[in-house]
Amino acid sequence: MSGTDFDIIIVGGGPGGYVAALRAAQLGLSAAVVEAKHLGGICLNWGCIPTKALLRASEINHLLHDLGTYGFSAEKVGFDFSKIVARSRAVSQQLSGGVAHLLKKAKVPVFEGFGKLDGVTGSKRKVLVTPEKGAPVTLTAKHVILATGARARVLPGLEPDGKLIWSYREALVPDALPRRLLVIGSGAIGSEFASFYRNMGSEVTLVEVAPRILPVEDEEISALARKAFEKQGMRVLTSAKVGPLRKSDTDVTVPVEVNGKTEEFTVDRVISAVGIVGNVEKIGLEGTKIKTDRTHVVTDALCRTGEPGVYAIGDLAGAPWLAHKASHEAVMCVDAIAGKQVHPIDITKIPGCTYCRPQIASVGYTEARAKEAGYKVRVGKFPLLANGKALAMGEPDGLVKTVFDAQTGELLGAHMIGAEVTEMIQGYVIARTGELTEAELAETIFPHPTISESMHEAVLAAYDGALHF
Amino acid sequence: MAIELLMPALSPTMTEGTLARWVKAEGEKVAIGDVLAEIETDKATMEVEAIEDGVLGRILVPEGTHEIAVNTPIAIMVSEGEAVPEAGAVKPKNSAPPAPVAQPATAPQGSAPASAPAATPVAPVGQPATGKRIVASPLAKRVASQKGLDLSRIKGTGPNGRIVRRDVDNAAAQSTAAPATAAAEAPASTSRTVPHSSMRKVIARRLSEAKSTIPHFYVSADVELDALLALRSQLNAASPDEGPDAFKLSVNDMLVKASAIALKRVPNVNASFTDQAMILHDNVDISIAVSIPDGLITPIVKHVDQKSLKQISQETKDLVKRARAGKLKPEEFQGGTFSISNMGMFGVRDFSAIINPPQAAILAIAAGKKQPVVKGNELAIATVMTVTLSVDHRVVDGAVAAEWLSAFRSVVESPLTLVL
Repeated sequence: MSGTDFDIIIVGGGPGGYVAALRAAQLGLSAAVVEAKHLGGICLNWGCIPTKALLRASEINHLLHDLGTYGFSAEKVGFDFSKIVARSRAVSQQLSGGVAHLLKKAKVPVFEGFGKLDGVTGSKRKVLVTPEKGAPVTLTAKHVILATGARARVLPGLEPDGKLIWSYREALVPDALPRRLLVIGSGAIGSEFASFYRNMGSEVTLVEVAPRILPVEDEEISALARKAFEKQGMRVLTSAKVGPLRKSDTDVTVPVEVNGKTEEFTVDRVISAVGIVGNVEKIGLEGTKIKTDRTHVVTDALCRTGEPGVYAIGDLAGAPWLAHKASHEAVMCVDAIAGKQVHPIDITKIPGCTYCRPQIASVGYTEARAKEAGYKVRVGKFPLLANGKALAMGEPDGLVKTVFDAQTGELLGAHMIGAEVTEMIQGYVIARTGELTEAELAETIFPHPTISESMHEAVLAAYDGALHF
Repeated sequence: MAIELLMPALSPTMTEGTLARWVKAEGEKVAIGDVLAEIETDKATMEVEAIEDGVLGRILVPEGTHEIAVNTPIAIMVSEGEAVPEAGAVKPKNSAPPAPVAQPATAPQGSAPASAPAATPVAPVGQPATGKRIVASPLAKRVASQKGLDLSRIKGTGPNGRIVRRDVDNAAAQSTAAPATAAAEAPASTSRTVPHSSMRKVIARRLSEAKSTIPHFYVSADVELDALLALRSQLNAASPDEGPDAFKLSVNDMLVKASAIALKRVPNVNASFTDQAMILHDNVDISIAVSIPDGLITPIVKHVDQKSLKQISQETKDLVKRARAGKLKPEEFQGGTFSISNMGMFGVRDFSAIINPPQAAILAIAAGKKQPVVKGNELAIATVMTVTLSVDHRVVDGAVAAEWLSAFRSVVESPLTLVL
């Protein structure tokens, strides 16, 4: 084995790719990572992590403007926006450096450059790495894992221009706080940016084409999120269509049609958050048996593509576009390559978190989808208003909702909105993964006082046994 | 000193049971002989008694838990005032055996005749669990029990071979795919799946085994009942109107006794087959098939040959009542040397029964009906019933069976023997 021949080559160094490399090294396989730009991928550099740093700042801003609630007073509360952005970048850099260190420690070489499949030689696959500067390198391996991720979807007429029209990228590194902002798309990304900018003080209008915001969440959660956003002074428009934009040098006028009536919004910036598309281009799929469906690579349950020895994981392999799904697929895929017994991912066991204020977290079936799937359900709900810790924290808005299969007691889904729920959802995910029923959950002792007690109560409520509501 | 109570084996064949009820609560003082809990096995509810004085320190298995393997720790007993240690920190010790009388008189499985229960090796309570622990998710367990699937027959594909929901679903799909023809007969939408109770499983297993391994043959005879019915009226008329001595003999009580007398006269029918030898029983212990809501059970009237009709009647009533309440002790329904199944009350003309192993014969009794009979050269009316003896041909040959039936008929038709 030379310095260019490996057991596994991983194209892409995001939460799918670098985790695959670490797992391969752990199992004694030789692995290499090919990364064009940033170790850690979108997640660390332009997604999950820097947005959380910004949202932390906006949460602090909110608290600073709500000090009276807790008996404080302060004068001249203010912020330096560039420092807030700089802190977010610093956090990303620190973590990206951490990934480089982990890979180095695992003796996984990182080839900087754009990687693509480049045919076969003997029983090996070739990957051509084209660096920004310097000569291309050919690497060989028996297995290639494609983990090239995804990018923002661009709708015609809404093309990010880096100035007035932003994608998530520009929205993460603004030079100034826009006074008026319009966010198109109310999925996790759109809702988080809308929440961040609103809590920093921008006038925010959130526009969603579907009849409700956060359309993949349970309907009740969507409704509560909307109520909370509106209470914070955000304008929320649903079933809304965006017409052709008119740009001036400093602002944009956006016609938005709701129920046949068109209203025009003149704003300083527009964030387009209308979904993401997989990075399927230029990675050498042409002429192979690898199939794509719209913008993702088609795989089987074990991430195998149509080409033996080539795998696709993470955002490239399709929804849900979540870093933790990519990392889990990475381990599963490498384990399968190493001949270990693996279990395909059940997407109803993948949690989803949105870090707007209030936070939203969920796993599994919504009430509506459970019913569509033919389940007879038992639903339990518990409002945070009845939870001592939430009241003590001054965060009484929120709800925990559970959906059980009435027949078997299986926890089909759980849906939460409120303070800290993103940190709590894993409890329900463990229950779903471990196939616990309402009986084990009811018997579990939750610590008092915590917001997590409302998770217990929501289980009891589904069986008519809630104690505090 | 703290001791762990283990799930007792209440019968030699018991591998698991249900903890039906805790009679004592945690922290409650108990004395030797106090009933601690009720355990349900496939056929009965048994009481677990304390074997020493102390305090029920901690309940490890909540009531209502099903499929608790024998020898699973179910509670921790401590001395008064002693702190309750963690489960697992205690040396397991034999749990209280069932009530002292509950030395199970096991069915003679092989060599030991039922007449010598003391010589029969009883599965020692507290011996290491033989059954392998089944690792399954709570949801898999619940779905399996709802679908009546046996987890021990399902291969787990979860982490470390754990049985998960999809394994149970796959097993269910396979088991429903098999009887495709049966499913085709009835529209699927109108059929219901009723999970097997543990009793139903035992019935299915034992009767399949009996019918497929025992070479059955059948001998029938018509027996006139008029004399027996007349005697019954006379005897019942002699009963006090009420009080402890009151009795009301049934036809069945008299037929049980008649069978016992016939068994004494033709003792080769009171036998069991084993690979090595034929076991001839001295005792006449008759199992009476009793239908109960979820199946059937065979409580045993022991030493029938030595008991009076009144004793037989009172004992049978008590056994049937407790059988229907699920309160029989194992030795009250396990064993027996001969069985009777009476469907007379349903008006059946005749039927044949499946032998209750390791017994050698079972008598199927149909309804008695008035019908014309020829007496000498005259037509007369008599109450006649058809009885059918099912016999294990490995033990009993045709002539012996016929001889037994003839003895039975003569006792029934000249019933004074019953009161001798």
